[in-house]
Amino acid sequence: MDLRRYLAVLHVRNLEFLRDRGTFGWNVALPLVLVLGIAFVFSGQGRPLFKVGVLAPPGVSAAVAAAPHLGDQYIQFIMVDDAATATTKVERHQLDMLIDVRDPTALRYWVNPSSPRGYALERMLDGGHPPGWERGAISGREVRYVDWLVPGILGMNMMFSCLFGVGYVIVRYRKSGYLKRLYATPLTAIEFLAAQVTSRLMLTLAITVVVFVATDLLLDFYMLGRWIDLLVITALGAISMISLGLLVASRVTSEELAGGLLNVLTWPMMLLSGVWFSMEGTPQVLQWAAQMLPLTHMLTGARAIMLDGKSLLDLWPQVAALTAISVGSLSLGAWWFRWRVD
Amino acid sequence: MTPLIEVRDLIKQFPGVRAVDGVSFTLGAGTCFGLLGPNGAGKTTTVEMIEGITPPTSGSVLYKGEPLGQRFKLEAGIQFQSTALQDFITVRENLRLFRSFYPRGMELDALIALCSLGEFLDRDARKLSGGQRQRLLLALALVNDPDILFLDEPTTGLDPQARRNFWDLVREIRARGKTILLTTHYMEEAYVLCDRIAIMDRGKIVAEAAPDALLKQHGCATLDEVFLKLTGHELKD
Repeated sequence: MDLRRYLAVLHVRNLEFLRDRGTFGWNVALPLVLVLGIAFVFSGQGRPLFKVGVLAPPGVSAAVAAAPHLGDQYIQFIMVDDAATATTKVERHQLDMLIDVRDPTALRYWVNPSSPRGYALERMLDGGHPPGWERGAISGREVRYVDWLVPGILGMNMMFSCLFGVGYVIVRYRKSGYLKRLYATPLTAIEFLAAQVTSRLMLTLAITVVVFVATDLLLDFYMLGRWIDLLVITALGAISMISLGLLVASRVTSEELAGGLLNVLTWPMMLLSGVWFSMEGTPQVLQWAAQMLPLTHMLTGARAIMLDGKSLLDLWPQVAALTAISVGSLSLGAWWFRWRVD
Repeated sequence: MTPLIEVRDLIKQFPGVRAVDGVSFTLGAGTCFGLLGPNGAGKTTTVEMIEGITPPTSGSVLYKGEPLGQRFKLEAGIQFQSTALQDFITVRENLRLFRSFYPRGMELDALIALCSLGEFLDRDARKLSGGQRQRLLLALALVNDPDILFLDEPTTGLDPQARRNFWDLVREIRARGKTILLTTHYMEEAYVLCDRIAIMDRGKIVAEAAPDALLKQHGCATLDEVFLKLTGHELKD
């Protein structure tokens, strides 16, 4: 491998990316807006767990009237005037419970037996303080939804950047004849591909770090583990996804086909890798399928480092999986790579 | 003396069509050899097999008596019929990139002067005119100071003035002793630039000689007439 040729291709690819203001701006703006937007939506005291309709005496607020019976946290009390309308809402699960406290001597409540939230509220109404039990309290910093979600959003952005940024670009180079022109020079496939991987890795990591640091300054993410471990698992994830992009682009000559193939990779990762919600409790077959996807391992690792304080040693299964995906895809992609349109 | 390029019985078979059918010729150092023929005659396929870009179905190509290899890549300059470059990259950056691929080559200042690129060195290559773009692509082909230069339809799509400017440039490169293999479907271009011409039709070479010798052999006034006489159909522009 000739280092001079590799560095020249790397430099020009970086210039091409950085000068494409639309693509560059989108790569930075999308994760920034998503993280801040979701933090804003889920900020404050947290969303109420339950919605309770209250039929209260005139002049008394719903919260004041209902609090003695249900407490005042995690429940949104909604004053209702018409019992018939309110019971319909309970029937449709729009309200989890309806209580009538207009007459202190004849308190009444309604729940829908098929509503899990109604069941929980009914237990709360029964008391929640069983005799013979001592109550213990645990304090600690809350893990907000945004703390759990931020690796997912940044990982999703990286996934699109790595897969499309490499796969689509190489197919465009091949289709336009640029790869054929390079093939007529002494540049080797390894030098060209190594430069593409390095360029995308550098730029994706730089953008991800900038967005993470900027949003962390505003939102102060939960972080128990080491920053260097987070960077390493992120870099491994990026390399594995770039390698998959290279594999897809190794021979394809149509941008439409490349787009379709890349979508086949990105959609399962969007849905199964735990970007938006945990896969715990989903059917086993989906969890097995998720283990085939690099984003799953990257997000599992990143969340374990941030939220549980795990180290890379603890995360060896994820490190091994990402390394295996990278080595396998890169080797196969380099072997299969074609410069020209046949 | 070993010819610079020796082409032996090249055949390229695509599904349902034989694009090149037994092409053979030799190319001596310092000559300008023209492959002349209409669109679809097999010129580009032939030249891409000689360049090592397209594998032949059968036949062989020798460069300085050896099969094509790394030496050929280091010593050949190629201007394809159509080549895209990377977006957002300037003329200067493209020249530096391609120069970095070779251990030896022309000084960039001399190359810029030769191809008259000085006025738009910092311009995005996508924003060049047709003639400027062809001069850049020629400069990229010359960046390694090649022993042999391949020019595949280099003036197609250029206006008459830009075409004549390009011819002047090719003459200057010839004067420096470079060997050139030119494909074209312009008879005038072949006549004014080439020492020797091979006329191709339907994948075969139907005549090969110096331009004036071809005219004399067939008793024609122009190469168009020679082509019509040999193939029975006209060479369309």
